[in-house]
Amino acid sequence: MMLATILMALREIRRNGMRSLLTMLGVVIGVAAVIALVSVGRGATAKVTEDIGKLGKNLLTVSAGTFSRGGGGGISAPPLRIDDANAIRREILGVEAVAAAAASSAQVVYGNSNQRTSVTGSDNAFFEVRGYTIDKGRLFSRAELQSGAASCVIGSTVRTNLFQAREPIGATIRVGSIACQVVGLLTSKGQAGMGQDQDDLVVMPMRAVQRRITGNDNIQTIFVAAREGEGTGVVAERLRGLLRQRRHRALGLDDDFTIRDMAEIAETVTGASTALTALLGAIAAVSLVVGGIGIMNIMLVSVTERTREIGIRLAIGAFGSEVMMQFLLEAIVLSTMGGVIGICLGLVGSYFAAGALMLPFVVAPDIVALAFVFSALVGVVFGYLPARKAAQLDPIEALRHE
Amino acid sequence: MSGVRPLIELCQVHKRYGEGESEVRALDGVDLRIERGEFVAIMGSSGSGKSTCMNILGCLDRPSAGDYHLADVTVTELPGDGLTMLRRHYIGFVFQGFNLLARTSALENVELPLVYRRVPRAERRERATHALSLVGLEDRLDHAPSQLSGGQQQRVAIARALVTEPEILMADEPTGNLDSARTQEVMELLRQLNRERGITIVMVTHEPDVAAYAKRNLVFRDGRILSDVVVEPSRP
Repeated sequence: MMLATILMALREIRRNGMRSLLTMLGVVIGVAAVIALVSVGRGATAKVTEDIGKLGKNLLTVSAGTFSRGGGGGISAPPLRIDDANAIRREILGVEAVAAAAASSAQVVYGNSNQRTSVTGSDNAFFEVRGYTIDKGRLFSRAELQSGAASCVIGSTVRTNLFQAREPIGATIRVGSIACQVVGLLTSKGQAGMGQDQDDLVVMPMRAVQRRITGNDNIQTIFVAAREGEGTGVVAERLRGLLRQRRHRALGLDDDFTIRDMAEIAETVTGASTALTALLGAIAAVSLVVGGIGIMNIMLVSVTERTREIGIRLAIGAFGSEVMMQFLLEAIVLSTMGGVIGICLGLVGSYFAAGALMLPFVVAPDIVALAFVFSALVGVVFGYLPARKAAQLDPIEALRHE
Repeated sequence: MSGVRPLIELCQVHKRYGEGESEVRALDGVDLRIERGEFVAIMGSSGSGKSTCMNILGCLDRPSAGDYHLADVTVTELPGDGLTMLRRHYIGFVFQGFNLLARTSALENVELPLVYRRVPRAERRERATHALSLVGLEDRLDHAPSQLSGGQQQRVAIARALVTEPEILMADEPTGNLDSARTQEVMELLRQLNRERGITIVMVTHEPDVAAYAKRNLVFRDGRILSDVVVEPSRP
């Protein structure tokens, strides 16, 4: 009986093809909008998370001074020293690796190509902590690190700008005012969040940078990788205690250094993007409800139009509840078909949108399922009133209807 | 007429519409007995109460007062769904306007009552085909109503009424929309069904020559039965 009723509904829908399509359109657009917005939103979230992950997993960065909200900038905070990094390595639990970095920027020249880039002085732990791998050549040797030799490892952007197709390993480039031999080339990491090119850098032994470029033994950043499974928040708290002690910050005084937790940033950004996605999805859901009202409207018209048919069905032995089920099923089939078409359109749309926005294409199965169920529900809710109207018709009146 | 209840028995049936001064007495104390195998024509001018009587007999409407017994069931005591059940089991309808579903084949139109009786698909098809062959339309199964003549459409409607093998066929002005040749075709069919298959037929008409096909003629006026003439005695 159920099957027969569904077949009857399908035939009725096919019979009024154009009208059925237009009736469905509201639900189609509503569902497609929900699917597309949520898919693109999820894609953006995934992209941001991935980008932040590229900066380094479980990464904490420590720098001297604070970024005060008033805009005063990093007041007169004493700089970090190599001893701070050593103390962290020695005393903090749950630390995988520590890399101190002296940072500067300089003009780099090779032949008649040149560019300005960032120059980082550190040791091999830097590559580990930041998630860089060697594509060609090698890391620094112990001797190079100890002596502060004029050798460098370059990022792929620098390589492209200076060498084009030529072989970089073994070549001598000029970094600022010093001649420096290229010993290694880093594998490209691509853009990080906020459009930062992570391959635009030159890394040298720390001593070389301190002695020959910055001219002091300050350290701008200490990168700390927390051990896997160790909460970055806990490690950050331990770091804070140690640094306050080492920098003799009295109780009640604010920190004069900044610890940034990448995991925390990632969570914040993801949270914001999820909230935005939910908001957009909710707005799209409103159009789904509007689509439901469209279905109700047409079903009411249809009941009036088919009054005579309803009269016939009642006269030849249909229960009111059976007539009601017929119209309800028609509404549900309509809205569900609209939902399925909408899901397909939404997925296709978000596939192309993801391509255009350079975002990963994420299919959100929960939202697809939700949209399907919701569209069927729209049919139930908005089909109920017309169906009840049909079921309550008086057969005599209905048969007399012209 | 022995001690057994007749198929249809109306006792002092009244039907009133409206209230107070605007009250209309469509039926005003009707007593009527119809036995199995009868072919009754109900006549009368419009407003005489014949259609109201037909609706009550067909379990489409309820009397305001009085009792209606149909095949040992006291219709007037049944709840709403009970009327539907009676329509399903005892009654087949033929209407003036044919009332077939448009854009639906003759076969599917005839199958429709069986759908509501939960008859399986294959049996439905078989019984509908048989019913259509009874009315001489076995070669028109796939035609939509718009592809059939008026007489053929009414024969499809009769097949639809017969397919459930009802005790009673209720025909409301079955020839009202037909020319005289088609009228004769449909009436011959009804007479044949009554004679050969023993189906009780109750028919409303206002044309005397149509009523002449029936074995018994009732004339209504002002909600009462004016005359009740047996034209030809029914064989039990």
